[in-house]
Amino acid sequence: MSAVVKLTDVHKSFGPLKVLNGVSFEVGRGEVVAMIGQSGSGKSTALRCINALEKIEQGSIEVCGHAIHGEKLDKRALRLDVGIVFQSYNLFPHLTAEQNIMLAPTCVKGIGRREARELARDCLNRVGLADKAGHYPEQLSGGQQQRVAIARSLAMQPKVMLFDEVTSALDPQLTGEVLRVMEDLARGGMTMILVTHEMGFARKVATHVIYMRQGKVWEVLPGHRLNDPDTPELREFIGSDL
Amino acid sequence: MTYQFEFSSLLPYWREFLDGVWLTLQLSAISTVLGFTGGALCAIARADGPPWLKRVVGAYVEVIRNTPLLVQVFLVYFGIAVLGIRVDANLAAVLALVVNVVAYTCEIMRAGIESVHKAQVEAAECLGLNRRQTYWHVILRPAIERVYPALVSQYVLLMLASSITSQISAEELTAVANRIQSDTFRSFETYIVVGLLYLALSFVVRWAFWGFGMLVFTRRRKLGTAL
Repeated sequence: MSAVVKLTDVHKSFGPLKVLNGVSFEVGRGEVVAMIGQSGSGKSTALRCINALEKIEQGSIEVCGHAIHGEKLDKRALRLDVGIVFQSYNLFPHLTAEQNIMLAPTCVKGIGRREARELARDCLNRVGLADKAGHYPEQLSGGQQQRVAIARSLAMQPKVMLFDEVTSALDPQLTGEVLRVMEDLARGGMTMILVTHEMGFARKVATHVIYMRQGKVWEVLPGHRLNDPDTPELREFIGSDL
Repeated sequence: MTYQFEFSSLLPYWREFLDGVWLTLQLSAISTVLGFTGGALCAIARADGPPWLKRVVGAYVEVIRNTPLLVQVFLVYFGIAVLGIRVDANLAAVLALVVNVVAYTCEIMRAGIESVHKAQVEAAECLGLNRRQTYWHVILRPAIERVYPALVSQYVLLMLASSITSQISAEELTAVANRIQSDTFRSFETYIVVGLLYLALSFVVRWAFWGFGMLVFTRRRKLGTAL
């Protein structure tokens, strides 16, 4: 199986702080990869590098045939293939749920408004929010806003979806509703990379779990084996999550 | 007080008062549209332009904000004459007002643009929007909505300040008043009438801006948030 995302020996610093110190991993089509690890271990930065939101200093990243590290990277073409959902939702506050979803398809792909509206309804339906089309972000709960953000990303029909701690700002109940949407996506065959602190979700849904530590991939293991890691560091990290 | 008010001698001049009101409205409307467009562009240049352009715009804004409008009006008026271009007083008045209001709009819009969180721009980029689309849909529209009350105050002030262009004989309301009072010698009455007319104009302008805001900012309308 050819890799959809491939990182090879990626290095990245913020000033004197070395955040990624030779990170390599691959993600195949339809795989769900969960990145876990302490705060500051570089997992979010690695995710942001995949979408060219951060520049890397050394190594290479290939995403759906785009060379992220290259001089001639077409960022807009890359972002047609990659969707990303953030911890802070980042919905556009002056637009309704439906308009948030319609914006990129109409602007970027030139889809007509009627068709875009149908697409938006369709995506809202997939995240269980068909009845919230006309609501503004401030009228929605955090979980609902995050599901709209997922729908907004889905509307661009990306080949890979990135999730950057998307449930970290939510209470357990709202977390549950967002995770259910993500589980549906995974089951539908979407290639997904997620940075998460939800160990239960990683165990249940992830094809692979990547444990990041000190800017490196410390251990990679199948999701179902998360309870039984090889390295003592990961065992300790899991043990702290009771 | 023995002053005898005598408004009736102003009655024959009602048409001229109206003409003055009309020209004041025209001057203000044109200056507002041009001033907003120019100001928004300056704000973008100041937020996101090359360093030299940031400095040029910054210097322009500081000069305008720290000199009197009357002096600016004279400088534009006589400056144009020195260049050997003949323009009528009304056009010179519009030019001077635009030069002034662009600077103030630039500062207001800059505050609006800065209030849009960086993460919003990142989200737009990640959806594939280009810079122009991001600016229009994700930065400017919410920014304008946020600073709209400040913009409205500025443009009401502009309408009132347009009275200064009477000094270069633009035929707006104050210039009309100056002529009428020297014809009738009823100075106090004339300026009472003019003051009331400006007051009415302010209400009309504010009301028009409110209506426009309600039309454009659908979120405010739907959620019932005040403008």
